[in-house]
Amino acid sequence: MRRFRGTLAGALLAAAAAAAPAALGAQQARVDTALPTPQLTPADSALDAQTAAVASQLRCPVCQGESIQDSPSELAMQMRDVVKEQLRAGKTPAEVKAYFVSKYGEWILLEPTTHGFNKVLYAAPYVLLLGGLGLIFVAVKRWSANGTGQERSEQE
Amino acid sequence: MNWKRAGIAALAAVPIIALFAWGFTKDPNAIPSPLPGRAAPDFSLPVFSPGQPPMTLPVGDTVRLASLRGQVVVLNFWASWCLSCRDEHRTLSQFAKRYAGKPVHFLGVLYNDRTAPALQWIEEMGGQEYPSVNDPDAHTAINYGLYGVPETYFIDGNGRVAYKQTGPVTDAILTREVDSLMAALPPSARTGGSADSAAAGLAPGTKGLQ
Repeated sequence: MRRFRGTLAGALLAAAAAAAPAALGAQQARVDTALPTPQLTPADSALDAQTAAVASQLRCPVCQGESIQDSPSELAMQMRDVVKEQLRAGKTPAEVKAYFVSKYGEWILLEPTTHGFNKVLYAAPYVLLLGGLGLIFVAVKRWSANGTGQERSEQE
Repeated sequence: MNWKRAGIAALAAVPIIALFAWGFTKDPNAIPSPLPGRAAPDFSLPVFSPGQPPMTLPVGDTVRLASLRGQVVVLNFWASWCLSCRDEHRTLSQFAKRYAGKPVHFLGVLYNDRTAPALQWIEEMGGQEYPSVNDPDAHTAINYGLYGVPETYFIDGNGRVAYKQTGPVTDAILTREVDSLMAALPPSARTGGSADSAAAGLAPGTKGLQ
């Protein structure tokens, strides 16, 4: 019985040793065949760069303040595919952005356009800055006038 | 002088307070859709869940939205991983059953999901009265400006998006939208039903209702 067990263990070990290189070889073959063949043409690289540029200007609908270029979400990935497909089909970046605006509204643009009411958004900081500077100017002028008046009255 | 200053400060504060008050009336997560009033984007998507008679469509056949022109279409985007979809499923399914035979076509669109878990989900939920199509690359979803599920689009007889419901749809919304859209159909169209149209238009392997 002990001899039988020994024989069985030996047979199993031998089988494993024989199978290992074969399995390794098969795995190697799978890896070899699965390896991607990096043949990126300059046109592909340009398309990728253009896709990234457009995608970084579009808001991810399921994220918080992230572009579809930066977001790992599935919808963002699918939207990037749409951007790439449209650019490949010959659409300009402006046309691709216009497509997304027609579907999601201007909200989809990370940077608001300078049309219509948005002009107020762009102008407001400068108007407020100028207003603030004007107020400071008036206040300083008054204080200095009051100060001079006080000095005069003290001298008198 | 102090009263004058206080008055000016109060006047300056009014628009800011008004802006805040207006802001509080808005849902910060709501994204206004530009689609209502515009033509509903067309699609050709394969049926993966046939629905129940009389709304059954053969699995594998393609549904094309353009071929449903002349009827009201209720397009519901859903997924098996979506919790809110569970909330509305019963309402939608029962409503579709109640309106079977009327000129309204209910269609589910699977979003970012696989058909196997989706079919299992339908079974767990006790079935789905209307057929569902698959949108594997989410191109149709993006074409509809979808940003989450469930979302439901009500399309009028002229193929225009009349209303978009973000989040679970209720029986009141369904009744309001479907009834008003059916009332706007020409009298000849009001007699046809989704069952008739499904049977008449979707022969196996066709490109939708022609």
